[in-house]
Amino acid sequence: MYVAVKGGERAIENAHRLLANARRGDQSVAEVSLDQISEQLGLAVDRVMSEGSLYDRELAALAIKQARGDLIEAIFLVRAFRATLPRFGASEPVDTGAMRVKRRVSSTFKDIPGGQILGPTFDYTHRLLDPSLSQGFVPEAPAVAAASTAPTPRVTDILGRDGLIETSPQAEDGASVGDLTREPLNFPADRYLRLQNLARGDEGFLLAMGYSTQRGYGRNHPFAGEIRFGEVEVEFATEDVGFAVPLGSIELTECQMVNQFKGSATEAPCFTRGYGLAFGQSERKTMSMALVDRALRARELGEEVGAPAQDEEFVLSHSDNVQATGFVEHLKLPHYVDFQSELGLLRKLRKEFAEASAESNTPDTMKEAAE
Amino acid sequence: MTQHNTQQAQRQAAMAVLAHAEAGEIAARLRAIPLPGHQDLREPENGLVMLRGRVGGDGAPFNLGEATVSRAAVRLASGEVGFGYTLGRDGEKARLIALCDALVQSRDFGGLVERDVIAPLREQLMIRRKQAAEETAATKVDFYTMVRGEG
Repeated sequence: MYVAVKGGERAIENAHRLLANARRGDQSVAEVSLDQISEQLGLAVDRVMSEGSLYDRELAALAIKQARGDLIEAIFLVRAFRATLPRFGASEPVDTGAMRVKRRVSSTFKDIPGGQILGPTFDYTHRLLDPSLSQGFVPEAPAVAAASTAPTPRVTDILGRDGLIETSPQAEDGASVGDLTREPLNFPADRYLRLQNLARGDEGFLLAMGYSTQRGYGRNHPFAGEIRFGEVEVEFATEDVGFAVPLGSIELTECQMVNQFKGSATEAPCFTRGYGLAFGQSERKTMSMALVDRALRARELGEEVGAPAQDEEFVLSHSDNVQATGFVEHLKLPHYVDFQSELGLLRKLRKEFAEASAESNTPDTMKEAAE
Repeated sequence: MTQHNTQQAQRQAAMAVLAHAEAGEIAARLRAIPLPGHQDLREPENGLVMLRGRVGGDGAPFNLGEATVSRAAVRLASGEVGFGYTLGRDGEKARLIALCDALVQSRDFGGLVERDVIAPLREQLMIRRKQAAEETAATKVDFYTMVRGEG
């Protein structure tokens, strides 16, 4: 049990003043602006939006600045902020097939309609530190080429036409979309709730879980069917207006993993799917999410369940870094009363132990032991 | 009914352009029009909309995460009510979109606002999108499958 303490107000106030100074650093060095964070540390902003579960670049940039670059602290700040605003409703589901694609690769087919588009990627860079970036770097203007107006269908849609891959589960008529920010998660959880949990889950945790499936802990032979990143339009159907109102666009990354499935007595063998979707350009996150989504379908697909990544309760209960850090970090708060009671108990046990040892050295017990 | 649908399509098309413009750009374009009397029906208000995706991209909906949204409503002296919704927290932008939406519905101003506000902003948006699409297109690759040994 945690018993609150009182006092220390002056020290706390002064510590926060010191924090403000430490955050600012050497004041002869220029202060970073929110625009600089949003424009030049864009992938950190994307991660904070995804795991903070709030799409707002400016707020995410502010959170990163306030948290001194500690992304989990920034995610915590964003989560706390979202609790202060009313919710107007839910958007129409976004259409990732109609995405204005900025990047799109498939490791399964080299000739996909619409083509493979590398976009802005770290792939194929040499991972050598570049000293020219240390100051005053001006990049060469981007190359341009005639843009195609050909559609870029999802690779899974192409496989789906031949029945080689399972179809996505459809919602039952009138089914409500469960929301784990409104109702606590119960197990077993439906797939749409698992996806919501994974979408806001910690990238590092999902990466490790996804990696474990590749190393054999719940192996399911994945291929990156498609990874796409780009802009999608958001629409919000609201009663006051009476039709679906365009709200503007957001950037999303989507990953479709294609996995083996051997079929069953009633079903022909076909590929199965794992799905990942996240705000911004979050490729590692969505790939990991898709691996874990597929692993969590083990029971549904009649696979042997035993690996950690297949354990729904384990994965979904530990994926949230705000919950995790709250529980881990609360250990540093004063636990003096708790500890005093533990200390009292320990002293009592040690005393009993010492008395028992003293007794066991008496001739009577030595005799018993010898028998 | 058809007329109603046509007007709805016009309003949606205008909103789809306005949501992508900055408040300052919309305000600057609106200065070209002699604005009729109007008042705020609903002061700008910030809130959240839960963004939804679909399982596998095309399946059942799921909740992905929220976005900040600003909204407002404006009524013209002639009675038309316009609504403004936009991603982000720019209340002034929501108010300007609402004003434009009211003007789009007005018999006297519908043509003007389309010509002097929506059309130029749409053109700017198309130019930005074309530029981005061309930069993206330059990174399109052809991977060759290497065959071991000489075929």
